[in-house]
This record gives sequence, C-alpha cells and structure tokens, in this order.
Amino acid sequence: MITINQLSKKYKGAENYAVSNIDLVIDDQEIFGLLGPNGAGKTTLISMLSSLIKPTEGSFSINELTYKKDKNKLKQIIGIVPQEYALYPSLTAYENLLYLGSMYGLKGSKLKSLIKKHIEILGLTDFLDKKILHFSGGMKRRVNLIGSILHEPKYLFLDEPTVGVDVQSKNVIINHLKQLNANGTTIIYTSHHLNEAEHFCTRVGIIDHGKLVCKGRPSELILQQDGARNLEEVFIAQTGKELRDYV
Amino acid sequence: MYKLWVSTYKEFLLLIRDIGGLAILFIMPLVLLITITLIQNNTFKTLKDSKIPILLVDNDQGSVSEQINNGLTSTNAFEVIKKSSEQEAKELVFKGVYQLAIVIPENLSLDLELKVTENVDGILAKFGLEEELDSNVPKAVKKKEVRLYFDPATQQSFKSSVKNGIDKVISGIEIQSIYKAFEAQLTEESSEEPIFATDSFISFKEIVPESAQNAIPNASQHNIPAWALFAIFFIILPLSINMVKEKSQGTFVRLRTNPVSYATVLGGKTIVYLGVCLTQFILMLLVGLYLFPIISLPEIDVTGKLPMLLVVASFAGLAAIGLGLLLGTVFKTHEQSAPFGATLVVILAALGGVWVPVFAMPNFMQVLSNVSPMNWGLNAFYDVFLRNVGFVEIIPEITLLFLFFIITTTIAILYNEKKNAV
Repeated sequence: MITINQLSKKYKGAENYAVSNIDLVIDDQEIFGLLGPNGAGKTTLISMLSSLIKPTEGSFSINELTYKKDKNKLKQIIGIVPQEYALYPSLTAYENLLYLGSMYGLKGSKLKSLIKKHIEILGLTDFLDKKILHFSGGMKRRVNLIGSILHEPKYLFLDEPTVGVDVQSKNVIINHLKQLNANGTTIIYTSHHLNEAEHFCTRVGIIDHGKLVCKGRPSELILQQDGARNLEEVFIAQTGKELRDYV
Repeated sequence: MYKLWVSTYKEFLLLIRDIGGLAILFIMPLVLLITITLIQNNTFKTLKDSKIPILLVDNDQGSVSEQINNGLTSTNAFEVIKKSSEQEAKELVFKGVYQLAIVIPENLSLDLELKVTENVDGILAKFGLEEELDSNVPKAVKKKEVRLYFDPATQQSFKSSVKNGIDKVISGIEIQSIYKAFEAQLTEESSEEPIFATDSFISFKEIVPESAQNAIPNASQHNIPAWALFAIFFIILPLSINMVKEKSQGTFVRLRTNPVSYATVLGGKTIVYLGVCLTQFILMLLVGLYLFPIISLPEIDVTGKLPMLLVVASFAGLAAIGLGLLLGTVFKTHEQSAPFGATLVVILAALGGVWVPVFAMPNFMQVLSNVSPMNWGLNAFYDVFLRNVGFVEIIPEITLLFLFFIITTTIAILYNEKKNAV
C-alpha cells in the first residue's frame, strides 16, 4: 500500500507549490492513473514517490517503508520508468538491460532468462544485439520499460510510458503492464492519454495546480460528472479549457 | 563488488564504442608530445647545430669587427650575413625577414686601440714605467655604440640571450686588446714570447649527480613526463562530459532510483579512466622509445625506472580522475563542464611548471604552484626520470596526489548526497 500524507513540493524560487497537500492511499495491485494538464504536478508527485526529489512538506510510505529509514529496501521493491528513455545509446539493448538488471543485484542465468522473457513479450527479440541509437521511439520505450521491471518490482511508477509511440507499441506496452499487474505489481502511472487511462486504470486521480481535485474509478467519475460521457469530459470539466503553458 | 564490476564493464563499453573520443584520448596527447618535443628539440638545436641567420653591418672594417664576426660565427648559433647599409638591415629586421641586425660603428678598431693604449699608458705612467706619454693620443676617445636591431616579434628571452652573447664577445675583445697593449708596452718589439696567459682563468664545469651520470636528461626526457602529465589531466574533460551526458540522457536519473551507491558508480568510472591514463602514459613511453629515434629526436631511457614511472602515472591519474568526477558531479551542462575543465587543466599545468619552471615564477606564483597536483606529479616524474631517486623519495608526492583524489571524490559523493537527499 502507498500512503501519502499532506505531501507538498515547492521548488526553489517558485511562487507556487508544484504539489500541494496531497492525501492519497493507493492499495496494492491497483493501477492508479495520475492525470492532469501540463505543469499540474504529476511528474513532481511521481518523482517524490521515486526518491528523485525531496518533498517540502508531508510524508509518504510505500509498503510501510520510508526513504529516510529503508532507502535500499524501498529501492529494491519499486521500479521507475522515467519519461526520458534513460538508456545508453551506444550500448545494445541487451547490454543496457544487463547493466540495469545488475544494479538490482540480478546476475547470471536468472538475469539472462528475465531479459529473454520480457524481450520476447515486448517483441524485441530480433533487436536484442542492436544499439539503442538505431531504435525507433516505440522500441526505446519498450526497452525503457524492461529496464525497470527486470527485478520484478512490487510497485511500478511510470511517467508517461506511452508518449510518442505508435498504436502497436502502445498496445504491447499496456498489455504487458496489465500482465504485470495481474501478477501482483501495483502500477502508478501518469498520462495525457485519457482514453487509455479510462480503460487501463482501476482508479484515477486528476491533479490541477498541484492539488488533487478528484479521484475514483473512471466509471464512477464519469457518472458523478454531470453530462460527462467519458473521462476526457470529466477532465475538461475539472480542469477547464484554458491553455496551461508554463516555464 | 559485483555492481562495481558491472559498472566498470559498462564504462569500458561506453568508452570503446566512442571511436572519435578514443582517438582524441589516445592520439591527441601523442601528437601534442611529438609536436612539443620537436619544437623544443629544434630550439635546442638552433643554439647548437642549426644557425639563425643574422645581419652584420660592418662600418669598422677593422680587426675588432673581424673578431666580432669570428666570435659570432664560432658560437655556431648564427649564420652571419653581411650588409653594407644600416638602413637596409634595419628594414629587413623590422619586416621580420631576419631576427637581428648588428651594426658595428665606424673606426671601432682604431678607437678601441686608442682608448686601450691611452688607459695602459696612463697606468704605466702612474707606476713610473712610461717615460713620456705619447702626445698623439687624444685625451678623450668617444664611447662607441654597437647597435642591435631586433624583429619586434622576437621574444624577450631570445633578445637577452643574444645581448649576453654579444656582450661576452665584445668584453673578450676588450680584454684581449688590453692584454695586447700591455704586452706591446712591456716587451721588446722583436720578442715573440707572450708575457700573459690570455685564456680565461675561470671556467665552468657542470657536475652531474653520480646517479644520473649515465642518463643526462635530454629534450625527450624533459618533455615526456611534463606532457604525459598534461595529457593525464586532460582526462578531466571526457570524464566530466561523460557524466554530464548521463544527466542529459536521463540514465543518471535512473541510476539514482537504483539500489546502487554513488561511490560504486564513480568507482566504475575511476577504474576505466585509470586504465586510460596508464595506456596513454605507456603509449607516450613507447613513442619516446621507438618513434623518437626514427624522427631524429633523442631517445628516452627508462631502464630500471618503469615500475616507479607507472606508480607515479597511476597516482597522477587518480588525482586527475578525482577532479573529473567532482566537475562531472557539480556541473549540469556540457557548456559548463567543457570550457571550465579545459581552462582548469591549462591553469593547473601553468601553475605546475609544465611550461615555465616553478623556480622562474614570481614568488607568489611559486607558493601557489605548491597547490597544483600537476606540480606534485611533475616533481615525482622528474624525481624518477631525471634525478634517479628511489621509491621512498617519491612517497610525499604520490601521497599528496592520492589525498587529492580522496578529497575530490569525497566532495563529489557528499555533494551528490546533499543535492539528491530525500
């Protein structure tokens, strides 16, 4: 279970909080979608949960562990799929995965069989020994995902894992994530693809201006919102139509 | 340990996959070494074997100007080209066609002889040895001026060296003239026996330390340690750029979420780049041993010194890597790390005495040079290469280099901890 209490983040020099007083509980084996316009605070929230940035106020625990007390234990049970590809372009897919898996203490035949398994599922077997720099965006996204799940994390954080990929790659990624979830992985992901989130997530939370404005099952949120036929209309109703450009 | 090994292997793969980077790492230092040694060796040869063409305007046409000409020629440093016009010589020099023109004034021989005779007669008269002063000798001979024209682009050190050389030749001529004048006054005309030994009484002899007697340092032995050290410290650039690239690629972000310590990440880099430093150094030694003799540069002698040289190269490499790790940790962009790293290496090299010996620096800079790790490394290399000392004597320098590595790496780890604390 992930328990978030009054979590806030204000960046140095910023006037406003990027994330403000978020209270949230995510149960094990949920697929929780963090939705929101650009600059709403999704990535900041997921970065705090992934130990990449320090909260200004509040606290959180994952599986009853905190970074302050159980940093290495916690890092071992979570996986993070960053928005960037986060791969070494001059290394092959296999070399990248071998390195990333080894950083979680995996080694030998176990690591090799895990790489083989995920590579096969995500349709990259023929490209295992090719350098990442020759990969398409969709292929990189898939390798990026494998690099974060080799150690079979209990909690998986994904920051826009399907951004910039074709429909085929998106389907393969989503199906694999569903399979991981079925096997016991709790998934927390951010996305701008509201249709994808509506069908993929067990629950979603809509964030705007750093605040969690609503949360619940997609079907419940659609029902609760007057006149809304899908999650996108709920989203527009909650966050408005104005552009969210920011620097 | 397993994670360190895998990190090292990853760094190794990243390094060998970057062919351009590898070429820069290994070939450029060799090009630098060969170029600098060729230039310095040629400068040395300029003074010994090859000759600098200079202009001589001889308005005297006497014995003194002949002696000056002979003196300049006998130094083997100059090829004397005679010109009749001072104006022409001046123009040629000021245009940079020649570095130097020497203009000998009219009647220099005659006036020098008159002046010397006047002085000698005066001295002898004081001792009552001269019966009567020659009434034909003028009372005051005007001072003579040998004019020197230098190309404005000529370096001050060359000017000073030439001025000293000419001064020495002229002083010699004056002394010889005085001796001859005394001799003429004190001996009978028919006598051919010299009464003075006119050779220099004081001579110089360089005493070489016993341990170095078989290996008198040459240009190569001076250059290889200095430029090898310069190349070793240039590792700061690719190392820090590599680290900054990891940040921009996003791989560093991923590493921060992995259960691996920053020390392990840096450890992998340290091992690989230390290998690079040692390979660079060995390549330089091989160039000194096998390529230099082929291109007419003096060969280096590493007999019995190789293990100690590798020890010094290893510790110098660690110091350079420590600095690279620190810069790579602190800087966020390539634009920050590349110019800063390059400038810092040049400053450290200048402070360390790679270009100008520390003893020739102003006092303040001499004190400052003590804080340059390149100075410690260079001293250690010179200790082994030129002073032929034992391992004990280099312990202070390699200890400083190691401490520098420990301190810079620790700062890098602490900075990263503080910056990324959660």
